Amino acid sequence: MKVVVCVKQIPDPALPGELNPTTNLLKRDGKLILDESDSYGVEMALQLVEAAGGGEVSLVSMAPNNEMSGLRTALAMGADDAILVSDENLAGTDALGTAKVLAAAIRRLSPDLILAGVESSDGYTGTVPEMVAGVLDLPSVTFAKQISIDGDTVKVQRQTEAGYDDVECKLPVLLSVTAGVVEPRYPSFKGIMAAKKKPVEALDLQGLGIDLNTVGLVGARQETIRVTEAEERESGEIIVDDGDAHQRIAEFLGELKVI
Amino acid sequence: MTEVGLADEMISTLRTWVDSEVIPHASEFELPDIYPTDMVLQMAEFGLFGATIPEEYGGLELDNSTYVRVIVELSRGWMSLAGVINSHLICAKLIAQFGTDVQKQRWLPAMATGDLRGCFSLSEPDSGSDAAALRCQAKPDGDEWIINGTKMWVTNGEKAGVVALLARVPADDEGAGGITCFIVEKTPGEKSGGISISKKIKKLGYRGLETVEMSYVDHRISATELLGGQNGIGNGLRWALSALELGRINVAARGVGVAQAAYDAALSYAKEREAFGRPISQHQAIAFRLAEMATKLEAAKLLTFEAARKADAGERVDLAAGMAKLFASETASELALDAMRIHGGNGFTSEYPVERYYRDAPLMIIGEGTSEIQKLVISRALLAE
Ligand SMILES: Cc1cc2nc3c(=O)[nH]c(=O)nc-3n(C[C@@H](O)[C@H](O)[C@H](O)COP(=O)(O)OP(=O)(O)OC[C@H]3O[C@@H](n4cnc5c(N)ncnc54)[C@H](O)[C@@H]3O)c2cc1C
Ligand SMILES: Cc1cc2nc3c(=O)[nH]c(=O)nc-3n(C[C@H](O)[C@H](O)[C@H](O)COP(=O)(O)OP(=O)(O)OC[C@H]3O[C@@H](n4cnc5c(N)ncnc54)[C@H](O)[C@@H]3O)c2cc1C
Repeated sequence: MKVVVCVKQIPDPALPGELNPTTNLLKRDGKLILDESDSYGVEMALQLVEAAGGGEVSLVSMAPNNEMSGLRTALAMGADDAILVSDENLAGTDALGTAKVLAAAIRRLSPDLILAGVESSDGYTGTVPEMVAGVLDLPSVTFAKQISIDGDTVKVQRQTEAGYDDVECKLPVLLSVTAGVVEPRYPSFKGIMAAKKKPVEALDLQGLGIDLNTVGLVGARQETIRVTEAEERESGEIIVDDGDAHQRIAEFLGELKVI
Repeated sequence: MTEVGLADEMISTLRTWVDSEVIPHASEFELPDIYPTDMVLQMAEFGLFGATIPEEYGGLELDNSTYVRVIVELSRGWMSLAGVINSHLICAKLIAQFGTDVQKQRWLPAMATGDLRGCFSLSEPDSGSDAAALRCQAKPDGDEWIINGTKMWVTNGEKAGVVALLARVPADDEGAGGITCFIVEKTPGEKSGGISISKKIKKLGYRGLETVEMSYVDHRISATELLGGQNGIGNGLRWALSALELGRINVAARGVGVAQAAYDAALSYAKEREAFGRPISQHQAIAFRLAEMATKLEAAKLLTFEAARKADAGERVDLAAGMAKLFASETASELALDAMRIHGGNGFTSEYPVERYYRDAPLMIIGEGTSEIQKLVISRALLAE
């Protein structure tokens, strides 16, 4: 079985991010890490291949500056190889452009199953996976919380607000994996060493055969017009105990109708 | 040499684990003295039981500089975790360095995965600093050896499947004999042949993992368990002391880890805790204490990393390792007490981890050669020049 996982590499959320003031887009020129949202897809893929008794897990990522730190993390977890698409002309690509690029890369691998995150941690439009499926003309199932393969059929528990739906679908198919449904393994030190030697195919737009006018800032149909600061959270009230703190806390909880 | 970029990735992976799985839960195991099975399993998953075992036997073959970083990270979370692998790796080092090819093949691959656990047994009730005074006996009997004696302070002794045992071989007709290292195979548990765990030692700190007294009564082992074959007879103490030289860098690294944890805790507490209308970090006495702590911590780190660098470059390390061990272990104890002072009454409770640092730190002053013994080692090296 061959599984492809879409893996987004993002600026470390623990560091302060910065926007480009003219395009209003996130600056991505530093080191990028594996988006936590995609670590679940990687783990799910590894488990599925282990359960199938063999197969291959390939990664596909689009990122600036040939950045592959995040890919290395996923390779260290156990994925076999990767395709990385990087090209100056991709700057400012919107979600649909991203989907076209990812789809072109995925097509080269002819997988049985494609996994992606439900939404990324930085852009979080939550649209890329379904667009990839659209471009590839494949079925897609969103919010997968449990996946099992039975011959040429995939059985998915699809998370809903009330519980889950059972969905069955013929392979090949694209599934978006809900964050938190599996526990991503820590890469072993051997895995980290091995990842260095695993093949990563670096492609540009020409190599993928993509028309420059359909991607990048020129091809983008989505534009970030304005960025507004999020409202600051109101700071809580600090009660200094002058002997009556317990009464005031009780009153406060009473107002909230908690007690 | 371990590539720096790879080492950075390993350490950052380990740090994520220590921050999210070890630090929040260490006290749940440490206070009631429970073995942290899941943490140890994850350490095996990382490959840490093979950290310094050669790659050809399935280990990671990390260099000393990287291994030191691993130990600092583990000890920053919980010093006992460094103890889980330390004596195991000293045992493996003895086998890798002095064992015959057959012995290496027999034990190292299983040790690298952690399936086979090792321990190191030099100390006795009446022989610690004065290791040459050890009394445990190994007598030849045909193709076998008969072991008799009592060993003290065996960390991981019960869980171990192989013991690097130092015992005295009586002189034969040609005068060959003396302290000799055996790799004694045993079944993990309280009893195995003539070996029994005669006491589980209750400890001030370094809890969660076992340190035991082990008795050997007419315990028979085969000649294949004599480390290095016949060449090994009489070489045991020299070999053990050379393995301990690297052990000292390891203990220095533990000191750095505990000192770092104490400093981190002190710094964040000092910024949060208010007294007399401002954060206590704004009182000069506290700020200056933090400055001194940070300076000592940095010095301990530099000494320790320098000793590791020297070892990696193949240089002599007796002096550097002795200095690093002496300074880093004393620093850990000082900083643990400093951190406790900064925490005030809270530091004296088990609600905060500083009391654990305070209980753990003294071990580094004692284990693998006390501070006095380090001063002996250091001054001898200085005066010999
Ligand atoms: C050179 C370059 C410049 C870029 N510049 C910008 C920019 O200036 N501003 C900006 O916001 N974005 C930029 N991007 C990233 C942008 O193309 C996003 O990937 C895209 O908008 C997807 O949106 P999202 O994060 O909302 O995806 P979502 O739909 O929320 O993501 C869902 C899932 O889709 C998959 N996925 C999404 N994106 C990728 C990817 N790139 N690679 C692999 N898998 C992916 C992942 O599995 C992810 O979990 C740039 C990318 C490149 C290569
Ligand atoms: C928790 C724990 C785990 C341990 N694990 C192991 C293990 O796995 N394997 C193992 O073999 N050992 C282990 N040890 C033993 C440890 O290495 C010894 O405790 C240590 O070497 C000191 O020996 P001792 O306890 O006999 O002290 P002693 O040698 O009796 O020393 C007592 C005091 O006298 C001082 N002193 C001794 N000689 C001199 C001198 N010449 N000049 C000046 N001062 C001197 C010492 O510095 C010390 O202050 C462990 C110890 C502890 C506490």
